[in-house]
Amino acid sequence: MDYAVVVAIEVVYAIASLVLISLGLAVIFGMMRVINLAHGEFMVMGSYSATVAAHHNVDVWIAILVVPPLVVGAVGVLIERVVIRYLYGRMVETMLATWGLSLFVVGALTMIFGSTTEGVPTPLGGVSIGRYQTSGYSLFVIAISLTAMAATYVLLRRTRLGLLARGTMQNAAMAAALGTDTSRVYAITFGFGAALAGLAGGVLAPISGVFPSIGGSYIGKAFITVIGGGALPLAGTASASTLFGIVNQIATFASNPVYGEVALLLAAIVLIRVLPQGITGRYLRGYL
Amino acid sequence: MSLNRRNFVRGAGAAALSTALPMPLVTKSWAADSTITIASMYDMSGGLEMAGKPMYDVLNFAVEEINAAGGLLGKKITVVSFDTQTNMQLYAQYAQEAALKHKVAVVHGGITSASREVIRPVLDKYKTLYFYDMPYEGGVCDRNIFIDGVTPAHDTEVLVNYASKTWGKNCYTLAADYNYGQITSDWVKKFVRANGGDVLGTEFFPLDATSFGSTISKIQAAKPDFIMTILVGGGPISFYRQFAAAGLAGKIPIASTTFAGSNDQLVLTAEESNGIVVCKNYLEAIDSPVNKDFLKRLRARYGADYQPISDLTMSSYQGVHLWAAGVKKAGTLDRTKVIQALESGISLELPSGLMTIDPTTHHCILDVHLAVMKDKIPTLIETFKQRKPADTAAVCDLGKNPNDTKQYIIKVN
Repeated sequence: MDYAVVVAIEVVYAIASLVLISLGLAVIFGMMRVINLAHGEFMVMGSYSATVAAHHNVDVWIAILVVPPLVVGAVGVLIERVVIRYLYGRMVETMLATWGLSLFVVGALTMIFGSTTEGVPTPLGGVSIGRYQTSGYSLFVIAISLTAMAATYVLLRRTRLGLLARGTMQNAAMAAALGTDTSRVYAITFGFGAALAGLAGGVLAPISGVFPSIGGSYIGKAFITVIGGGALPLAGTASASTLFGIVNQIATFASNPVYGEVALLLAAIVLIRVLPQGITGRYLRGYL
Repeated sequence: MSLNRRNFVRGAGAAALSTALPMPLVTKSWAADSTITIASMYDMSGGLEMAGKPMYDVLNFAVEEINAAGGLLGKKITVVSFDTQTNMQLYAQYAQEAALKHKVAVVHGGITSASREVIRPVLDKYKTLYFYDMPYEGGVCDRNIFIDGVTPAHDTEVLVNYASKTWGKNCYTLAADYNYGQITSDWVKKFVRANGGDVLGTEFFPLDATSFGSTISKIQAAKPDFIMTILVGGGPISFYRQFAAAGLAGKIPIASTTFAGSNDQLVLTAEESNGIVVCKNYLEAIDSPVNKDFLKRLRARYGADYQPISDLTMSSYQGVHLWAAGVKKAGTLDRTKVIQALESGISLELPSGLMTIDPTTHHCILDVHLAVMKDKIPTLIETFKQRKPADTAAVCDLGKNPNDTKQYIIKVN
């Protein structure tokens, strides 16, 4: 019985970490249709800003939750102004530009920090469930991902800024005609997506080693989840993460983590074959 | 654009320039008659730089020592260094370059067993002497190679015996997913069974694996008496972190053949690494005049806050001195004569203790030291003197089969 609870927590944790990793990309791709191949590197920048803050004796919770979104959000706005702005609607050029950006960021981080693995110590201890121990931090990650989803929903549905953003994404010309500063809306939305990526990087820093090229291990899963989810940022991310997280963990518990990854990828291939527009291309319409 | 002569010349020039630009990091030296050239081939970027950079520094330190004492055979040694960037293709390419272009007297290089098996046949083919200065899984039987690192008969047997006696007989193994991890985990199984226990589970991880949550749950379900980790790479450091995060640090003891080899304990907190038991050929804590003198001179050369010297780093230093002793005894750089000199019983008192090259296996008889991690420092428990490379000796006799060039893999059923 206890073992079942531990396994259940691991499954929910896998879903939650997929949600966290993908939410920033879902906002940027789902709302702006910008293919951001530097998403993994946004996460790494978030991890590094958390590490640097922790080494400068900032309280660890602030270092994980507050510093990375601010830093990476600012970087995101800057990148949008300097690079992405000129490439809207041109998907291939955006991919090339963001790919080059990711290489640049990896190189810069390697030059500044070196390629040795850094770390932030995990702030929470273990939690006992019957005879088993599980990491309290896993529960924290689950809580954060739920909070991030809720915050994004509230921001997009209930605030004026969210209304302007959704309107601009649906029909930019009409929004501009009604007086919205569309370029500012784009910049803020990109910055928000980058901030979410930074938050993910900061929250995941204590449990995975932080080194410059770790972005590569996140970007694949993020893209698979976002494309599998489909056009709607929140409903798509939630549904795709749930599906892939369950498949991944079942395979991992049956064999080992490597086969878990293989199972996730196979599930993605099957999903895209069956639902080429992603899950929200056919189901869950009308949600955000 | 039409292909006329102007465009062709322009394009060819651009192509030639762009292929010349990404030159590898090679320090050139003139291989004149008045110097001896050796090659250093370590990963100094790309993930294994934590291991490669100190090995490179210490190799140069050993070369400086020999040069300051008058050189080798009256000549100065120069080092041509290759940064293989944790990339197997570069290992093959640079091995060929070192052998053919620079015609080096010896190559000291290779970190992972995979890289060693890439360059060993290349250096065999081009008849260049090779020193593999690393702990590894044992079994290499090749007259062209000398290995001064520990093999499972040196350290894994000691580790498993200590763990079985102190904690209990049953073990759960986590290993790196390539030849070193797989073969060493078979050795662990052999030694665990010899102590009356069993391996309750073995899991393999790639060098960049970072998610160990399910593994930790499975370990708790299996209830082993101890965990043996044979993990390599930057990613698996997060295992120790996640293990401690689950509150298990200290509840299930860990023994490791690889921990602290590339100073990974510096990335973790003391609580995350306390209690891990390791068995190394070299510890900074060894209380001998040779070691204390070495540490004093190294810190004077590289700075007082140079990172702690691990056994990987020390193997590089010891390898250079063992090779130099062989050359001195042979009196020449001729490869066959140097090999014969090295086989005639070279024995040196080095910072890790007395090291003797065993002629039948080309491995070393050396001391190993059992240590427990305390506040990020390996603290000595017990020393086992002059352990023989019994695992390789069981399958390899270069006296009887001098043309052997195989790596023998142990079979545990």
